[in-house]
Amino acid sequence: MSSVVVDRVSVQLGDTLAIDDVSLEVRPGEVLGLLGPNGCGKSTLLRTIYGTQRPSAGTVHLDGLDVTSARRRDVARRCAVLTQDHATDVELSVLDVVLLGRIPHGASRRSADDDLRRASEALARTDATHLVHRAFPTLSGGERQRVLLARALCQDPRVLLLDEPTNHLDVTHQLDLLGAVGDLGVTCVVALHDLTLAAAHCDRLALLDGGRLVALGTPEEVLTPARVEATYRVACDLLTHPRTGRPLVALAPRDHGSPTAQEAS
Amino acid sequence: MTTFVLVLTIVLSIGTGPVGVPPATVAKILVAHLLPGEHVATWTAAQDQIVWTFRLPRVLMAVLVGAALAVVGTLLQAIVRNPLADPYVLGASSGAALGAVGALALGASVPGLLVSGSAFAGAAVAGVVVYVLASRGGRIESLRMVLAGVALSYLFSAVTGWITATADHGRLPGLIFFLLGSISSATWAMLALPALALVLGTAYALHRARHLDAAMTGDETAASLGVDMTRLRIEVLVVTAAMTGAVVAVAGGIGFVGMVVPHVCRLLVGAGHRALLPFTVVAGALLVVLVDTVARTAASPREIPLGVVTALVGAPFFLWLLRTRPVGAER
Repeated sequence: MSSVVVDRVSVQLGDTLAIDDVSLEVRPGEVLGLLGPNGCGKSTLLRTIYGTQRPSAGTVHLDGLDVTSARRRDVARRCAVLTQDHATDVELSVLDVVLLGRIPHGASRRSADDDLRRASEALARTDATHLVHRAFPTLSGGERQRVLLARALCQDPRVLLLDEPTNHLDVTHQLDLLGAVGDLGVTCVVALHDLTLAAAHCDRLALLDGGRLVALGTPEEVLTPARVEATYRVACDLLTHPRTGRPLVALAPRDHGSPTAQEAS
Repeated sequence: MTTFVLVLTIVLSIGTGPVGVPPATVAKILVAHLLPGEHVATWTAAQDQIVWTFRLPRVLMAVLVGAALAVVGTLLQAIVRNPLADPYVLGASSGAALGAVGALALGASVPGLLVSGSAFAGAAVAGVVVYVLASRGGRIESLRMVLAGVALSYLFSAVTGWITATADHGRLPGLIFFLLGSISSATWAMLALPALALVLGTAYALHRARHLDAAMTGDETAASLGVDMTRLRIEVLVVTAAMTGAVVAVAGGIGFVGMVVPHVCRLLVGAGHRALLPFTVVAGALLVVLVDTVARTAASPREIPLGVVTALVGAPFFLWLLRTRPVGAER
C-alpha cells in the first residue's frame, strides 16, 4: 500500500485554482521531491496532504487514513511536517521544542519519561544532542533546522513532509540536512527549489507548474532540458554528476540562450 | 524557593500597617489558627483580630488576584502570540468593569451577587464579541483578536466613563474602586470566588501546557502537531473571561499585572508553559501582595488605588528588565 495517495485533488484559493487535478502516490520509504517555480502550488499541495488545507475536489489518504475527514490528531500521529512558518523568537528550550512532537501521542505523567527518551533519541539522530539545553532563538539556521527535524522525528511519523527545508542554509548544511533525511528511511515528501539538490537526494521527482502536475518520475525522466525550460523559462544543459551519476542541472545565465533573453533581443 | 519567598512576604505584609505587628507574632497567630491544639496566647486579642480578621483576608485576596491575573495573561499571550496581550488588551477587563459599574449605577451594592454576575457577564460578552470579530471561515486569527479586543476595550471604557461622569456623587467612590482596583474591603467570604477561578483556570492551563507551547510557534506548526487552534482559542477565551470576571468582581480593574508578570517570567525561566505557569502564579501573587502593602501604607491613612501602584511599581521594573535582558539572549 502506498504511504501517501493524492487522488484527483484540486484546491481553490479565492479566485485562483491553486492545485488543478493532481494525482500522485508516494511509496513506503521513498523520498519524493516536489519541484516547481514560486507560486506553482508546492506548499498548498503539502498543506493539503497534512490536512490544514481542504481540497475542493479529490481525496488524500495517509497510510490508509482519509485526511479530509480525519481528526487533526490522528493525522499528526502519522505525519510530521517541517513548515516554513515556525516562529524563531519563542523562548522555548531546544528540549521543549523537540517535545512538541509528542503532542499528538497524548501527554500524561506516566509517559513523561518515555517522551524524554524519545526526544533525546531524536536529537541524537539529527546530530543535535549537544544543543538540548540551548534556547531555541539563539540557534543558527542550520542548528534550528536540525532541531525541527528532531521534533518531527520525535513525532514518530510514518510520513515526513518538508517545505523548503534548505532555505537560508549554506551548502554544507543543505547537504547535511538532506543527507540526514535520506538516512532516516521514512517516507518523505520534500518541496525544494534547487533542481540539482533534488536530483541528488530524491528517489522520484514531481514537477508542478501553475497548479498542475507536469511530470512525475525519476530525476532523469523529469529533468529534461526542454521541460526545465518550459517550466522555469530558463535554458539549461543536463550533465552527469562525476561522482554519483545523478543528473546535474547546469542553468544558463540570461544572456546565454535563455528564452527571456532571446525574446528581449 | 519562590514559594518560600512568597510565604515570607505574606507574613511581613500582614505585620505592616497603621498598627505594626512583629513578624514573629504574626507567624504565631497564623500557626495558632491553622494548627489544631492548645496554643499559649502571647499576643493581645486586638493583634489577633488585626491579623486574622482584617489583614490576612486582604493579603490572601492579593495572592489570588495576582496569581489569577498572571495566569490569564500567560494564556492570552500564548494564544495570540503577542507579548502585549492581557485581559485589558482583549477587552475582558473593561467588559467586566463595565458590567460591574453598570450594576452599581443601577443601585446594586458591593460586594453583591449582582455586581459579580454583571462583571462575569461583561467579560463573557467581551469574549464572545472578540471571537465573532476575529473568526473568519471557521478560523480565529490572532492579530484580528488583538485588534478587535483593543477596539472593544476603548468602547467599553468609553461607556464606563459615561456612566461615571453622569453618576450620583454618592456612588462615585464605588465606581472609582472598579476603575482603578482595590482590595481594601476584602473579607473571608469574598475569597471563595477568585480561589475557585484560580484553581480551575490554572488546572486547565497546566493540562494544556504543551498545546500552549505549540500555539506560540505558529498556527500552521501547531495544526501540523494536531492542535486544533480554533478550539484552543475558544477554550482560552472562555477560561480567561471567567477568571477575569471573578477577579474584577472582587478587586476591580487592576492593570499591568496580566501583561508584565508572564513577560518577566518568560525572560527568567523561558516560555515552556510547564515551568512557566507555576512560576507566574507565584510571581503574580508576590507582585500584588507587595503592591497592596504599598497601596495601604504609603499614604496612610488614605488608600492608593491598587491599579495605580501596580503600574507605578511595575512599569519601571519592566523597562529596566527590558534594557538589561535583551529578548532572545542566551540563558
